[in-house]
Order: sequence, then C-alpha cells, then structure tokens
Amino acid sequence: MDSYILGILMLAGINLVAVLGLSLLTGFTGLFSFGHAGFMAIGAYVGAFLTVSPARDVPGLGLPLVVGILGGGAAAGIVSWLVGRITLNLKGDYFCIATLGFGEAIRLVFNNVQRFGGSRGWPLGATRNPQDIWVILLVDVVAILLVANLVRSRHGRNMIAIREEELAAQVTGINVFRYKMVSLVTSAVLAGVAGVLLGDYLTFINPKIFNLTKSTELIIIVIFGGLGSISGSVLGALLLTALPEVLRFFEIWRLVFYGAAVILIMISRPQGLLGGMELTPAGIRKILAERRARQALRAEAAREAEGGSR
Amino acid sequence: MTQFLQQLTNGLSIGSVYALMAVGYSLVYSIMNFSNFAHGGVIMLGAYFGFFGLTTFKLPFAAAFALATAGTALVAIVVERVAYKPLRDRKAPFLYFIISAMGASMFLENFVIATIGPNPKPYPPIIPREPIALGDLALGRLDLIMFIVSAACLTLLVLFIDRTRLGKAIQASAYNMKASALMGINTDSVVILVFALGGFLAGVAGVLYGMKYMVYPTIGAITLKSFIAAVFGGLGSLPGAVLGSVLLGVIETLVAGYLSSQYRDLIAFVILIGVLIVRPTGIMGKAVEDKA
Repeated sequence: MDSYILGILMLAGINLVAVLGLSLLTGFTGLFSFGHAGFMAIGAYVGAFLTVSPARDVPGLGLPLVVGILGGGAAAGIVSWLVGRITLNLKGDYFCIATLGFGEAIRLVFNNVQRFGGSRGWPLGATRNPQDIWVILLVDVVAILLVANLVRSRHGRNMIAIREEELAAQVTGINVFRYKMVSLVTSAVLAGVAGVLLGDYLTFINPKIFNLTKSTELIIIVIFGGLGSISGSVLGALLLTALPEVLRFFEIWRLVFYGAAVILIMISRPQGLLGGMELTPAGIRKILAERRARQALRAEAAREAEGGSR
Repeated sequence: MTQFLQQLTNGLSIGSVYALMAVGYSLVYSIMNFSNFAHGGVIMLGAYFGFFGLTTFKLPFAAAFALATAGTALVAIVVERVAYKPLRDRKAPFLYFIISAMGASMFLENFVIATIGPNPKPYPPIIPREPIALGDLALGRLDLIMFIVSAACLTLLVLFIDRTRLGKAIQASAYNMKASALMGINTDSVVILVFALGGFLAGVAGVLYGMKYMVYPTIGAITLKSFIAAVFGGLGSLPGAVLGSVLLGVIETLVAGYLSSQYRDLIAFVILIGVLIVRPTGIMGKAVEDKA
C-alpha cells in the first residue's frame, strides 16, 4: 500500500482509540473534557520510556511495544483517577475548565522535564514500522469491543442515566461519583494507549503535540461523529483525520476552512453524523423501524384529517 | 525591597491588561453562561488593527487606537451573529457554544496566518523607552500608560453598567434572561451590546499588549491566562475578573522574578486547579445550581 495512505490510516486508527474513550465520557456519561491530550501525553512519555532502546544519554528500557501500551495506558489511568478524585464533584462547565487546566498543566510539566528533552522534544531514535498498522488495528478492535460492551452492560446503562439526568440517577440509587470515575478512568486509559501509539508512529514526541488544540480536535471528532454513537465516533475519526489531508491542496488556508467547518457543523447539524444511532445490523433495523413508525403515524394523521373534513 | 516593589509594579501593569481581557470573558459568561474562547482571536485582531493603523495608514496614535477598538467591537458582534446566534435560537447546551467558539478562534487565527503571515511584528516606537525614575524604582512609561488606560477603561465600564439604562438591562439579563425578556428588555440587543463592549475592551488590550511585546497570530494563547484570571476571580463577576487578573499578574511576575520564568505558566494553571478545588466559583463568582 502507498505509504502516504498507510500513514493516514495509522493516524486515523490512533485517533480512533482516543476518540472512543472520549466518546464514552462525553457521549454516554455527559462529561466534557478539554484535557485528554494531557492523558495522551502521559501515555506517550511513559510508553516511550518503556520501549525506547537505551542509547547515548537517552533514557529508556527497551521493552516490547505491548509493555509500552499497557504501561502507558495504566499510567494515564492512575493520573486520571487522581484528577477525578478532586474534580468530578465540580458542576457544569467548571469540570470542563478543570480538565482544561489539568491538560495544560501536564503538558507544561513535560515542558520542564529536561531529562525527556523538555520543550525541544524527545527523538525516540527508531524508524516507523509499517507493520504497526496491525497493532493499531488490533487495539482499535479491542477498544471498540470494550466500549460497545461497556455501554450495553448495567454499568453503561448507569452512565447513560447520569447523562440523561444526574439528580434522578442519584435518587434511583446509582453511585454517580463511582460511575463517573469508571467512565473517566476508562477514557483516560484509552487516551494513554493512543498516546503510546502516537509516539511509536511519529518516532518523536514533544509537549507541543499534546496542547489544547489536540484536546479540542478529539472533542470535535466525537461531536462530529455524533454524541452517544460508537459507529459515529469510528466514522468521525476516519473522516476528520483525512480531512486536513484532503484540504492540504489549500495549503495554509486549510485550517481556516477547518475552523469554519466546525462552526458550520455546530449550527447546522448539532447531532453530528450519527447522534444516538448505531450502524450495526440491530441499530439499522431500529432506525428503519422508527422511520416506518413515523411514516405510519403520519399516514394515519392524514387519514384522520381527511375523515374529519368529510 | 526595591526589587520586590519593582516586580510588583511590573505585575500590576501586566495584570491590568489581563483584566481588560478577563472582563470580556466575564461579561459574556454573565449573560450567556459559556466561556467565549473566540475572545483571544478578537484581541489578536485588535493588535493587528492598531499595528496597520500606525504603519500602513500612518494614522496618529489616537486614530489608530479608535480604529482598532471599533474594528474589534465589530468583529466580536459578527462572531456572535454567525457562530452563537443560531445556537442561542435553538437553546443548545453550553458545550456547542464552546466548540463553536473554538472553531471561530481557529478560523481567526489561521486567517491571519494565511493572509498576513506567522512572523511577529514589532509596533513602531511611540512611547519613549527610558523609564521614569521614582526614588530607586524605574517605572516604564509604557507600563504606566498600560495601567492608566486599563484602569480608565474599567472605571468607565463599571460606571456604564451601574449608572445607565443599558447597563441596568445588562445586569437584569445576567440575573435572569427569560424574566428580563418578559419585562420588555430586548435581550437580543443586550447580547449584541455585551459583545460590542467585550470587543471594544479586547481592542484596547490588543493594542496595549502589542505595544509592550509584539503582534503575532497566536497572541490568543496568552488570553488563556486572562481566562484563568476570570475563573480565579469568579466567572461572571466583573470585580472578580479584575481582582483575579491583578493577582495573577503580580503572582506571575513574582514567580518569574524569584523562581524561574520557566515555571510562570505552570504556576498559572496550578492556581486555576487550586481555586477550582478549594472554591469552584472563584473569589466572587455566581453559584452554579443543579438544574432540578
């Protein structure tokens, strides 16, 4: 395969892992995070430390990529647990602002750790391995199965209840704080894994990669795909990762169009591509059944109106 | 001691410019309950308007200043009409506003990069560089002007909101938008007015910031700090925004002066998180209630 196309596919697959996590947090639990790039950064740095072969003055343990993925994900999960302990009780967009603060703080900490290159970045000293596409695909499948099964389980239904009406969920006896925490940690682990894969893909990491723009990009993909839809997130990650490449023809104007496109989506189709719908056999049957029911209802209403006029 | 006072005056001067920016965030938050991240882009445009007024059009300073502030007020209104009005009509949740704002900010920033270019440009020298000696202290003329202009603008804003009918309308809408509309206040015009005021102050802040440092397309990133200051003081509260900004400016300069300038930005975010944990509504913010 063309290595350029392969590169875009790998990047889309990596974004998808992080997006799935954020989709669980935002689309199914109703919590908005502007700090997921921070969790990606933790994953990337821990993963790089575990996998890079020790050479010259660069630190590293030279372990296989699998260890890096597990370690990076776990590190991001632990940090998110600590973050959740202190921020999950915040209301409204204050949680959103707190995650923004944490994301930026994590980035600035890495900016100041000279051992890992500080703000100059950390060349990981390896070349990109095209075979890693299979690793990425495998992680994607695992992540999709994890999130899809989670939202269908009792735990997932509790999260959806919190999204719909937090107070009512609490009154029904759902431990709101605990399920928010499960959702946050799961999504952070996935973000961390995505960070490890991104470092492996870029073979160079730099705190700047994980800035507020990256967090925003992830949120935009989730919203574009549609809140509360896993297939929407998959489609969104594929399309929006490819979009800047398609727009590359416009060179420096492409981010101008991207910004305009974001506003356009927000004001014209806020439910995203597939908000609340799933492109699975069962999901499609459900969409079609709902459409038929609506048509039947409309036909009946029309008949009644005719009957009334007679 | 002299060094401390010196740092303090520098902190007050940069803090007063943060205050101009933070008030713009707080004004919009008080009415619409969302953080307008496009504000940074508007401030950046203010700096460029002033720059081109002075260099390309060779305007006198006052005229360039007027051009910049009128321009940003207009841009702020256009952003509101295009990016937020349709969402307001639909009563969309706050997240859609934030995303739309980020889209607008991305658009403005990259539009400037695409048309003018990414390189920083210095303002032409207007204010003499040599400082005014006050005992052992050396007060920069520009720092002094920044402080005076900011304080004057903020005083005028407070007088406007406290003493005029339009100001009363803003206060009423901030308290309860729906009830204000029922009492005959045209809340749509109030929103436009708020964006115009925020845009005007953004223009002032942009020109002052550009004079002190440089003009570049990513000035907006600095305004993230004024946003932190707004949260610090309490989102939606104007005195809070001013107090938070001045405190943040002073703390920052002291950290940069005594510890390391490397940690300056980190400290800002640590303060943000600390405030959110200890007192989520800031020093004097309005409380967020559960919707039930």
